[in-house]
Amino acid sequence: MTRERSMVPEAEFRSYYGRPVIKAPIWHEPHMPTYLYLGGLSGVSSMMAVVAGFTGHHRLARTARIAAALGAATGAGLLAAELGRPERFLNMLRVFKPTSPMSVGSWILAAQGGLSAVAASSELTGILPVVGDAAVLATGVTGPLTATYTAVLVADTAVPAWHEAYRELPFLFAGSALASAGALGMLATPRAEAGPARAVAMIGAAMETVSGVVMERRLGPAGEPYRLGRAGYLMRSARALTAGGGLLAAVAGRSRTLTALSGLALTAGALCTRFGVLAAGRASAADPKYTVVPQRQRLDGERPG
Amino acid sequence: MTERMGFFTDTSVCIGCKACEVACKEWNQLPDDGFVFEATSYDNTGQLGASTWRHVAFIEQTRTVRMKGDEDAGVDRWLMSSDVCKHCTHAACLDVCPTGALFRTEFGTVVVQEDICNGCGYCVPACPFGVIDRREGDGRAWKCTMCYDRQRGGLEPACAKACPTDSIQFGPLDELRERAEDRLERLHADGRPEARLYGESPDDGVGGAGAFFLLLDEPEVYGLPPDPVVTTRDLPSMWRWAGAAALSVAGVVAVAFSGSFAGGIAGFRNGGRR
Ligand code: SF4
Ligand code: SF4
Repeated sequence: MTRERSMVPEAEFRSYYGRPVIKAPIWHEPHMPTYLYLGGLSGVSSMMAVVAGFTGHHRLARTARIAAALGAATGAGLLAAELGRPERFLNMLRVFKPTSPMSVGSWILAAQGGLSAVAASSELTGILPVVGDAAVLATGVTGPLTATYTAVLVADTAVPAWHEAYRELPFLFAGSALASAGALGMLATPRAEAGPARAVAMIGAAMETVSGVVMERRLGPAGEPYRLGRAGYLMRSARALTAGGGLLAAVAGRSRTLTALSGLALTAGALCTRFGVLAAGRASAADPKYTVVPQRQRLDGERPG
Repeated sequence: MTERMGFFTDTSVCIGCKACEVACKEWNQLPDDGFVFEATSYDNTGQLGASTWRHVAFIEQTRTVRMKGDEDAGVDRWLMSSDVCKHCTHAACLDVCPTGALFRTEFGTVVVQEDICNGCGYCVPACPFGVIDRREGDGRAWKCTMCYDRQRGGLEPACAKACPTDSIQFGPLDELRERAEDRLERLHADGRPEARLYGESPDDGVGGAGAFFLLLDEPEVYGLPPDPVVTTRDLPSMWRWAGAAALSVAGVVAVAFSGSFAGGIAGFRNGGRR
């Protein structure tokens, strides 16, 4: 039973007619990745609404409140549509299961959606401003969680490219969420007040770019699905758009056109990141080598001789 | 909870008759998968799925054996193995199911409640063995129940009942583990050193499987993961990293607005009201 085995995943390995060992995520496009984008947008927008409120950026606070509510509502709709049986959506709130990131996430999203809806309605109608303020303050907690729990959602699977990346994915998603919300704030707020949104977008773009690079580095061969095929194309586009959009935001200054270009590039970049992560997950599930080789190495490493 | 029940699948006596696949389909009234000609082997089912809860793998091998006179003689052999849900002790599918549709039965097995499953599909990529799947057009997730209904009626699962060679054995898990050890020793004594047990150890990454196997080659040859680990094992650490990312979101936003905190609480109050 001796057999030559090299120590890199490109190595020869045995499989059952090249069939996948695990099942690929069945989540559809565009639902799932768009939800990831909207969740990030909503979460960080809430956070911006809170701080903008404190710092007297009224227009920005207003924009952010509305973005947070719309993002959460549309995202929840997409999520429901993604279910095999959408009419059973409420079964999600049947239990609270700490072992299930989707259960925890459903509760986070329910809280974020409800609170941001209250905050936005009060903002738009002027009714019950105190309740609206309290709600937006509460989204200061649910917002950042909404923007990042989705990383745990995908990482808590047997998909190697996701599971192995559980350290970097939250920062990739957080950066992407910051860039998304910052971009929208920039696009939808008068220039005089858009400064902080631009800063959020720039730092977010940097975080998204850096964590993506770090992730692929650290994953090594397991990160290959992020570099190959459609996923690779999406991830490269994401990086170019995000880095470009971030730099443009820094130099856009007073130019409306440049600001708009930057905002659009960041939005497109964030979307590409989410679609790319889904595509990489699918690719890494489809090829048995990503499952078999690391596990085989682990076993052989443990067994001396 | 009554005694934990399990499957011991001894692939060394499997003849690839597929009686288990058929009996499972019949008893559980599983829909047709369509006829697919895989063009690789006698296996035209391919894999476990929403409508295939027992799957017989066929592996055509030429292996080197030591024989007197001809030291490197090649011998053709078929490996056949009837795969099934492992009913893991630490079951990732059960852990991640957000609705509680997946539950642990009084027999220690893992079963989906079809009226509660909302088809979120989370269990599908969570299973480290690629067992459970969502059925197209039905929207629900399905997998082997170890014939929960039959067990409740005191019967053995349909696959084990139908297996003509006793390759699939059903019974209390402890008993099966002992039986498997005996069988393994016999095979080793008979000059089959390649025989090994898979999934029987409570110390493995899924805490031991309720359905374990005697294999004649490495698990990956049969399409099984060599060292599966329940996906939720790293969950606390995952939440910590996500928590750190959430904090940095808050931090970044605060920094982006720094320098304009002059308004303070009063500004916030006005911001809400204008
Ligand atoms: S093998 Fe997969 S589907 Fe079966 S109990 Fe284990 S995790 Fe669940
Ligand atoms: S698809 Fe059904 S069984 Fe699977 S995790 Fe979702 S609700 Fe649970």
